[in-house]
Amino acid sequence: MEATYNYKVVRQFALMTVVWGIVGMLVGVLIAAQLIWPDLTYGIPWLSYGRLRPLHTNAVIFAFGGSALFATSYYVVQRTCHARLFCDKLAGFTFWGWNLVIVLAAVTLPLGFTTSKEYAELEWPIDLLIAVVWVSYAVVFFGTIMKRKTPHIYVANWFFGAFILTVALLHIVNSAAIPVEAMKSYSAYAGVQDAMIQWWYGHNAVGFFLTAGFLGMMYYFIPKQAGRPVYSYRLSVVHFWALIFTYMWAGPHHLHYTALPDWTQSLGMVFSLILLAPSWGGMVNGIMTLSGAWHKLRTDPILKFLITSLSFYGMSTFEGPMMSIKTVNALSHYTDWTVGHVHSGALGWVAMVSIGCMYYLIPRLFGRAEMHSIKLITLHFWVSTIGVVLYIASMWIAGVMQGLMWRAVNLDGTLTYTFAEVVARMYPYYMIRLLGGALFFSGMLIMAYNVIKTISGQKAVDAPIPAPAMAHA
Amino acid sequence: MDILYLLIPMSLILVLVIGWAFWWAVKSGQFDDMEGPAYRVLMDDDLPAKAETISISKREES
Repeated sequence: MEATYNYKVVRQFALMTVVWGIVGMLVGVLIAAQLIWPDLTYGIPWLSYGRLRPLHTNAVIFAFGGSALFATSYYVVQRTCHARLFCDKLAGFTFWGWNLVIVLAAVTLPLGFTTSKEYAELEWPIDLLIAVVWVSYAVVFFGTIMKRKTPHIYVANWFFGAFILTVALLHIVNSAAIPVEAMKSYSAYAGVQDAMIQWWYGHNAVGFFLTAGFLGMMYYFIPKQAGRPVYSYRLSVVHFWALIFTYMWAGPHHLHYTALPDWTQSLGMVFSLILLAPSWGGMVNGIMTLSGAWHKLRTDPILKFLITSLSFYGMSTFEGPMMSIKTVNALSHYTDWTVGHVHSGALGWVAMVSIGCMYYLIPRLFGRAEMHSIKLITLHFWVSTIGVVLYIASMWIAGVMQGLMWRAVNLDGTLTYTFAEVVARMYPYYMIRLLGGALFFSGMLIMAYNVIKTISGQKAVDAPIPAPAMAHA
Repeated sequence: MDILYLLIPMSLILVLVIGWAFWWAVKSGQFDDMEGPAYRVLMDDDLPAKAETISISKREES
């Protein structure tokens, strides 16, 4: 038993990544359509926008992104440490526990149970379950690091490790609440204090859940798929320490021009601007890994996914610091520009890097050298790239237009446009966004078909761990 | 902004923890070799044993 890697839990999470990706993006397409046709779901409360939107965000971030993170971190930590996962039972528990959390979210959010904290909407009993699962995840991951057969800890594991520890801290502090009944609680913080904690959590969730973990994927799967060592291992180590030392205080940029003290807002802005440096260092390091092998991009759609995801990472980590500048934020905040920015990161970076990694991983977990159809991966790549571009370009236009129309004033100081007039102007852009989202979603269906064809009739395999004599010191 | 009495000490503790992790990594020789680890990841062949021959023959074709 000990002589093989634990691929079972990796397989489970890898397949659920595809399933939850489809579910989460379907809900996203539905709510994008609701913004165009508000009566689409006949006013059924469980299907109203306000309840489905948190379901969408939870499903894509924690179900789809989370499953991808579990699958890849469990795979990478085993392969780079030459050790089987610490405690198979606990690893199995993280799979079933995490999926139970997702199912509970899919039931309680449409029923209207919510803490109303963005990206942390789940009520306290589910929060407790998340905490237990997450601590188990940390035990499995760091337990595996402890029993490693290689002296060096590969840089991807540092990123995964920082992501796991920070998310535990963020979740526990932000979800602190006083329960009043089974499905109702009040936050332990009030007013602006709560807002500050919420965005300390919210932005660091972006930084550690949606960035550090996925950078761990990037530093393992891009070199593996390209067959080349990372451009500069030294830079990857600098990237890691620079990112985690400077990330924590970017959150207040979500609260510009609010009751938050001015100096706190400015501090958040400064830290957000500083983040441009490590982010771009990492992006350049990833893309330059292909230097001397650029021709591989022409024929390998998995590399296309991985390298394009880094381009979107570079774009959104440039756009983000710009939007955190207070004068830019005065225009962009509360508009669809923010929605576009989030999706340039979420679809372009997080989803595309995850998809690329799954195409690398899934055949290997089922004893095959590659996916059933490389052509379908190429098709998936183009469908999703066009989808993302339509999505973010339409939201840029919509967002800037909203910002300009909201602030336009007549000579006598009255507002030039009513709110409803601005909403009416959004129709064409919301249509383009729906089209972009639908394209990205249909790409996931192509992926599902390809995955089913790849694994059907295949036996699940658990690769042997290299004997210590063979292990490279 | 009482919340800063929680957030700022927490950040400081966190920086100390990160600093300790960095110190441990340097002292235990994690950064002694800044080239090898990148290559060692590539030397770990993770293709399934049976599939390996297929993919190599395919690579030779292309």
